Amino acid sequence: MKLYEYLAKEVLGKAGVPIPPGRVVDTPAEAKEAVAAIGPAALKAQVLVGGRGKAGGIKFAATPEEAPAVASQILGMDLKGYTVERLYAEAKLDIERELYVSVTTDRGAKRPFVMASSEGGVEIEDVDDAAIVRRHVDPRVGVLPYFGKEMAYDLGLDGTLAREFGALVEKLYGVYQEYDAELVEINPLAVAGGHLVAADARLNVDDSALYRHKGLPRVDEGTPIELKVRDLGLAFVELDGDIAIMANGAGMAMATLDAVQHFGGRPKNFLDAGGGASVEPTAEALGVLVSMNPRVIFVNIFGGITRCDDVAKAILQVRETRGIPVPLVVRLVGTNEQAGVELLAKAGISAYSEMAVAAKEAVRLAEEGR
Amino acid sequence: MAIMLTRHHKILVQGMTGNQGQFHTRQMRAYGSNVVGGISPGKGGTEVEGVPVFNSVRDAVRETGADASIVFVPAAFAKDAAFEALENGIRLLVMIPEHVPVQDSIAIVTRAEDLGATVIGPNTFGIISPGEGTKMGIMPNHIYKPGPVGVVARSGTLSYEIAFALTNAGLGQTTVLGMGGDPVVGQTFISVLHHFKSDPDTRAVVMVGEIGGRAEEEASLYLKELGKPVVAYLAGRASPPGKRMGHAGAIIERGVGTLDSKEKALTAAGARVVTMPWEVADAVREALR
Repeated sequence: MKLYEYLAKEVLGKAGVPIPPGRVVDTPAEAKEAVAAIGPAALKAQVLVGGRGKAGGIKFAATPEEAPAVASQILGMDLKGYTVERLYAEAKLDIERELYVSVTTDRGAKRPFVMASSEGGVEIEDVDDAAIVRRHVDPRVGVLPYFGKEMAYDLGLDGTLAREFGALVEKLYGVYQEYDAELVEINPLAVAGGHLVAADARLNVDDSALYRHKGLPRVDEGTPIELKVRDLGLAFVELDGDIAIMANGAGMAMATLDAVQHFGGRPKNFLDAGGGASVEPTAEALGVLVSMNPRVIFVNIFGGITRCDDVAKAILQVRETRGIPVPLVVRLVGTNEQAGVELLAKAGISAYSEMAVAAKEAVRLAEEGR
Repeated sequence: MAIMLTRHHKILVQGMTGNQGQFHTRQMRAYGSNVVGGISPGKGGTEVEGVPVFNSVRDAVRETGADASIVFVPAAFAKDAAFEALENGIRLLVMIPEHVPVQDSIAIVTRAEDLGATVIGPNTFGIISPGEGTKMGIMPNHIYKPGPVGVVARSGTLSYEIAFALTNAGLGQTTVLGMGGDPVVGQTFISVLHHFKSDPDTRAVVMVGEIGGRAEEEASLYLKELGKPVVAYLAGRASPPGKRMGHAGAIIERGVGTLDSKEKALTAAGARVVTMPWEVADAVREALR
């Protein structure tokens, strides 16, 4: 789960990370109040994408009088597909230079990982490798001030800034641990008035750990249908094609998308119905696909723990209760295959056993319907 | 022969009295796995599927001499279960649960490294060694057969699809191992390939990878040392960046984890990367020629 900048800063501020004064703004009138309270400010769109500045999502207001007009330019605008509903007004900084620092998990090393750069304010992928300092954390030891201080020296910082950097990395690692973060990132980390301050912040929390962070607000990211399907407990991603797809298991679902694309078709979604789903959840998942009005529905099942007869029953249940008004292609092999195929055959649905043949047929039917 | 799991392992099932634990205890025993006990606090002294239930791993290890354990407890309790196993001498640990917090997984694998224990998972289908007639996992029993191919996969059902195709093509397996779909798991492709290298019966290896992370790129650096033919299938060609494709670990983030990068690295290292899952068996047959 990604947190908005203002939420990330709230968490970081509580942890003792220096952040500029700021407040949330939902209307042009509130923008005026905010600037009156904190002085010249940046009005920043609160959306879950990077590169807001370039896209016109960050503008400055020098006086309370001009703040409402500036705010209304951003509020309601479309920013890379997200509608801006909320701003964060933050005291304007006199930035002397911009740095970068983040704590994340290195998957390969299976260790927490701190990365810092003497060049901040741009995406870290675009920074020259020579300007980046990287260091793994031994989770048994954690991070003490010396850890970040050494990184600061490697970045060419010294004196106050090196000391502040050491304290900062210790705090960021504390947030990483306490909030089960996937990413704690300050970019840019500004030097203003000779001190470090977090000009922007990202905090992404591990979805699997949300149960132990009940105090954190929930930020839902996704299209309306994605949110609806995820509420059912299913992994789902909406795509822009016309062939609706259901498979069991994440890898199989990805491979099914690949197969459809391989034969020239366009997947409308990714849907993992689960590695061992029974009749009801499978029927629910299929119901979602029907509601998306695809040209074709392609069900690709390799029954391991999932039983083919359960899948067949789910298909028949959906057909009887709500109807399946588009062509349906079913590939069914594995556990209880015979029983599943027979159930479908009795209802006039023939199942495929080869994934390639089934994928090709789904693509052909979609083309026919176009 | 096989890697990591042999018929000599004495296996515990943590969470055996739950639905999943019970079902898979039955399946594992039907396959031949030497399940010597189950753990279910408060139910010690009873039996499930004819297997004795113990209150703790400590009791079970003391009574049975178990050295391996498979964990079926809910994700929130997985860290506790894993540490209970590791601290009581279990040296082969299979973690089935999905949605284990990453920080818990880091703690588990770090402790396992210190103890010299092997962790498979979390979010894995487990490990099966057909020639040894034993498995620790949730994979279907009938799709494997003994033979010369080692399989290592990040995904369950996709690996079933591929293993079954191998079996139908007459290409049996030494061991099939699921690394797990999470960002942090006990095994890497390299650690598993290293085992396959020392197993004389494994004559070719199939890697089933997917988008996300750099595990495949890192593995490519090892292929020369492996010295055995590798066929790879990678899932996620049609997956957009920035979206989590079912597995917590299957996501292209900030340009890292693209299929293109993985395919290039593996191909350059001499692996045969096939585009579709149904092409794996033929490629393996050619590689074995």
